[in-house]
Amino acid sequence: MSKVHVTTKINGDSTEYLCDPRETLLDVLRDQLNLTGAKEGCGTGDCGACSVELDGRLVCSCLVLGVEAEGKEISTVEGIADGETLHPLQRKFIEHAALQCGVCTPGILVAAKSLLEKNPDPTETEVRYWLAGNLCRCTGYDKIIRAVMDAAAEMREAA
Amino acid sequence: MNYLTPASFAEAAACARDASGVTRFLAGGTDVLVQMRADIVTPDTLIDIKHIDGARDITRAADGSWIIGVAAPGAEMKEHPELSKDWPGLVEGMDLIGSTQVQGRATLVGNLCNASPAADSVPAMVAAGVEVSVTGPDGTRREKAENIPTAPGRTSLAAGELISAVHVPARGENGGDAYLRFIPRTEMDIAVVGCGVNLRLDGDVITEARVSLGAVAPTVLLVQDCADAIIGTTLDDAALEKLAAAASAACNPITDKRGTVKFRTHVAGVLAQRTAKIAYGRAKGASK
Repeated sequence: MSKVHVTTKINGDSTEYLCDPRETLLDVLRDQLNLTGAKEGCGTGDCGACSVELDGRLVCSCLVLGVEAEGKEISTVEGIADGETLHPLQRKFIEHAALQCGVCTPGILVAAKSLLEKNPDPTETEVRYWLAGNLCRCTGYDKIIRAVMDAAAEMREAA
Repeated sequence: MNYLTPASFAEAAACARDASGVTRFLAGGTDVLVQMRADIVTPDTLIDIKHIDGARDITRAADGSWIIGVAAPGAEMKEHPELSKDWPGLVEGMDLIGSTQVQGRATLVGNLCNASPAADSVPAMVAAGVEVSVTGPDGTRREKAENIPTAPGRTSLAAGELISAVHVPARGENGGDAYLRFIPRTEMDIAVVGCGVNLRLDGDVITEARVSLGAVAPTVLLVQDCADAIIGTTLDDAALEKLAAAASAACNPITDKRGTVKFRTHVAGVLAQRTAKIAYGRAKGASK
């Protein structure tokens, strides 16, 4: 079958692409649109490194086909900062040294932002459960959790 | 691969009937895309049913019964306050599947049709008395959830048939449901044993009960002996003992890396007791 024409919105910008119906949204983002923030870890929805939001819902972009994005709105890690100004989560990840190799970081930032939009004042347990699908093999998670809790606190003060 | 987006279930069934080669229906994709990636399944035709009207809706009818759309993800079930109040066990069973990301896409119908004996939402559906609409080239029929899986990875659906709606009964007065599973960690794991209980009370006495077990046989089991052990009782110690014995007796498990036959058989009894106590408590507290 020939390629399918898809019109979608990514980080607020209207975007069009042609994709093979077997291609995942992750492959389209990385290989066609040069949005390489989302990473491929496992490719089977286990690691969360490819997390994006699809119509406001946190999903693994490796488990979404590119053709499914037709008419949808997608948010990726590239849309989190406001120009040169980092999002509080990004700043707190740096402050707390909540990353080492950085492969899991974009997915965790997208997932954590999605949590804080639903629940601005999560408990540590809630953060840990929400991020249970984001695997990190470097940090041992503790710094990540602290960074998210600290960012949440700062965002509550600013609100 | 052809990618089709039919506008109705009849059209989806017709697409499947007319397609040659391997056909798969796509809702949440949390199983289909994994199978495609692993080259377990290479569809020639993929039929995306999310564009069908109502496929993502969760609605309560005038009689209190619920219709859950085939593409409504677990996250939307959990965020639905009335559904969670009526059927907390069903919502919890679904919510135990996978990560937040998986919950954003995974569906009840996908879990049912994947036909894993360890599917978490299926014992909860079976206990709740859930039925599904099955649409095929010859029209639509109703089927009990427990009649869909026939063996690991196999269903009773004929070629060209697909599930078009999930029907959850009205909660009614003095009822409660619960689902528990045993896993060796706290999250992101597959059930070693799962148990669903749904019951109704008259005062303190159980008048109706449905008890189901997962991961202890080739399919999820609806165990009448478990229901009989607690109907007519106040879930006293003697009834709980009989319940556990009936649950263990119903087991026909395998030994694998998650648990041995002996362990699963024992845990089924323990879980049945714990799940029944939660359902009983909910029935006492839930007087809608």
